[in-house]
Amino acid sequence: MSTPADLRQASPATVAAVTRGRTRRNRRRRIVIGILVVLIGAMVAVSLMVGRTFYPPGDVLKVILGQDVQGATFTVGRLRLPRTCLAVLAGASFGLGGVTFQTMLRNPLASPDIIGISTGASAAAAVAIITLGLSGSAVSVFAITAGLGVALMVYLLAYQDGVSGIRLILIGIGIAAMMNSIVSYVLSTAGQWDLQEALRWLTGSLNGVRWEETVTVLITMIVLVPVLFLGSRDLTVLQLGDDTASALGVRVDRTRLLVVVCAVGLIAFATSATGPIAFLAFLAGPIAARLAGPGHSLLLPSALVGALLVLLADFAGQYAFGTRFPVGVVTGVLGAPYLIYLIVRANRAGGSL
Amino acid sequence: MTTEHQLTAENLSLGYKDRTVIEGLELAVAPGRVTAIVGANACGKSTLLRSMSRLLSPRAGQVLLDGKEVHKLPAKELARTLGLLPQSPLAPEGITVSDLVGRGRHPHQGVFSRWSVADDTAVAAALEATHTVELADRAVDELSGGQRQRVWIAMALAQETDLLLLDEPTTFLDVQHQVEVLDLLTDLNRSRGTTVVMVLHDLNLAARYCDHLVAIAGGKVHAAGRPCEVLTEDTVRAVFGLDSKVIIDPTSGGPLMLPIGRHHMVA
Ligand SMILES: Nc1ncnc2c1ncn2[C@@H]1O[C@H](COP(=O)(O)OP(=O)(O)O)[C@@H](O)[C@H]1O
Ligand SMILES: [Mg+2]
Repeated sequence: MSTPADLRQASPATVAAVTRGRTRRNRRRRIVIGILVVLIGAMVAVSLMVGRTFYPPGDVLKVILGQDVQGATFTVGRLRLPRTCLAVLAGASFGLGGVTFQTMLRNPLASPDIIGISTGASAAAAVAIITLGLSGSAVSVFAITAGLGVALMVYLLAYQDGVSGIRLILIGIGIAAMMNSIVSYVLSTAGQWDLQEALRWLTGSLNGVRWEETVTVLITMIVLVPVLFLGSRDLTVLQLGDDTASALGVRVDRTRLLVVVCAVGLIAFATSATGPIAFLAFLAGPIAARLAGPGHSLLLPSALVGALLVLLADFAGQYAFGTRFPVGVVTGVLGAPYLIYLIVRANRAGGSL
Repeated sequence: MTTEHQLTAENLSLGYKDRTVIEGLELAVAPGRVTAIVGANACGKSTLLRSMSRLLSPRAGQVLLDGKEVHKLPAKELARTLGLLPQSPLAPEGITVSDLVGRGRHPHQGVFSRWSVADDTAVAAALEATHTVELADRAVDELSGGQRQRVWIAMALAQETDLLLLDEPTTFLDVQHQVEVLDLLTDLNRSRGTTVVMVLHDLNLAARYCDHLVAIAGGKVHAAGRPCEVLTEDTVRAVFGLDSKVIIDPTSGGPLMLPIGRHHMVA
């Protein structure tokens, strides 16, 4: 290395100040991550214990360890446990997928549920299940293919001498509307389909979750999350613009392809398990950014926020109101005002979305 | 002093889709010197810099760093030798000055490596050189244009490269900030031997602050050499289509270009 000698020279006071500032910001981030983990743990415990019947921690623990407990084995082991696990896994997947898109396209509106990718995956899953009568991994294959297909289609339609964020978002919103109409059409052909199942493909739901769905999402995460985290530093640098990122040694196209494939994979598999949980991918990143502060990768905080949101919204949906609402209805109610806020703010600033 | 790197473009052609912007361009950057690139709007100056930092692949010809094609060098290795500050870099919302400058350390960090003392030192040195130490904990969005530009330059300095390319580092700055930035780059060149290549709009400031002036027109280098050889009435007419008078600058002794418009002439 041929670094000039005096470039390493800075007054010790400045170096100390830089180190101090960085440590302080890191500490905030670590505290936020710690609190989120604790809250997720608490919500998991509550979701497993509380319901129509209350089971004490001891019973829940015994069920998890595989022992037989009267009543709890079915309610906790078959109903609550897979549901809670999927809530955490799907929440994290949506959070990761969303923040990846938002970071890469430098726009909070560019999340996969706004620009049609989740909707594409859910339309494909609905067609696969209802029209083609498929089940299991075949549905996931359909969903991920459609998710990637929609991502590619939005990208190609938005491409004119490079991709402009705003054009991509508007085209994505149009495609999302198209995909939604496919879902509606398929549902209308389903005949005596019960409302819960129908809502799953419109807003997302954790009702009737089975272990195989949970395991599929878990395997997807085991494969894709490490790859996404390997690209996380490059992704953070990509926020400075393509030119700057390239000058800092990021291979822009390769990084983008890698993280998009991971993000779409996570979104599509989670969608095939739960349906497109409304606005979750859209909300997790901005909330995580508020909490953890700017300047660092938001992947981990967003995954945690996503998981916590799904746990909270699902619990609230089940027990907080007179009727049971699917989780997506609750997140939809949370997300819509934020979407309006973003649009109003963009209008007031007179600038881009 | 630094080892001096040779950056050259050979028979370089660049373009976007069906449009060729640079065609058959030959350029040898003077090692250890300050080079200024001038040319009319949209003549391809930014495009040329982009190809040097390998964002844009050449249609024909090549960009060589010490005899090796930059497009074949590992990305991070190139970024440890050659830095580029683009015309309009984007700052993520809310990022602090110190964190933004820290992004300049990217090519020195591996996927798993942790933040090191060397990283903090480089950031501190860059803040000191650009007089932005007091701004370190402020958000970049809150700064004035002049402050912000100094912060971006600090980020490029934290990259610790021997070659630094800057695309219009003084545009949008008022005159005292323009001079401040150019003085800073000159200091950097004098004290560290950093090879500086900058695209500038203001011909007179370019001539004043560079050792080597390159004028681009028609996708090629129209003229290159010492400012007094390049900044002539003929070059200004050929490159900018403007009649002018070039006199001797009484403050620097170099050339000073006075445009001749259609109005406001003494008899
Ligand atoms: N990303 C791009 N896609 C298509 N054309 C571009 C792109 N960037 C620049 N151009 C075109 O290339 C030409 C040269 O642009 P540029 O290198 O930015 O000029 P300069 O920096 O000299 O003003 C211009 O006509 C511009 O419109
Ligand atoms: Mg330019």
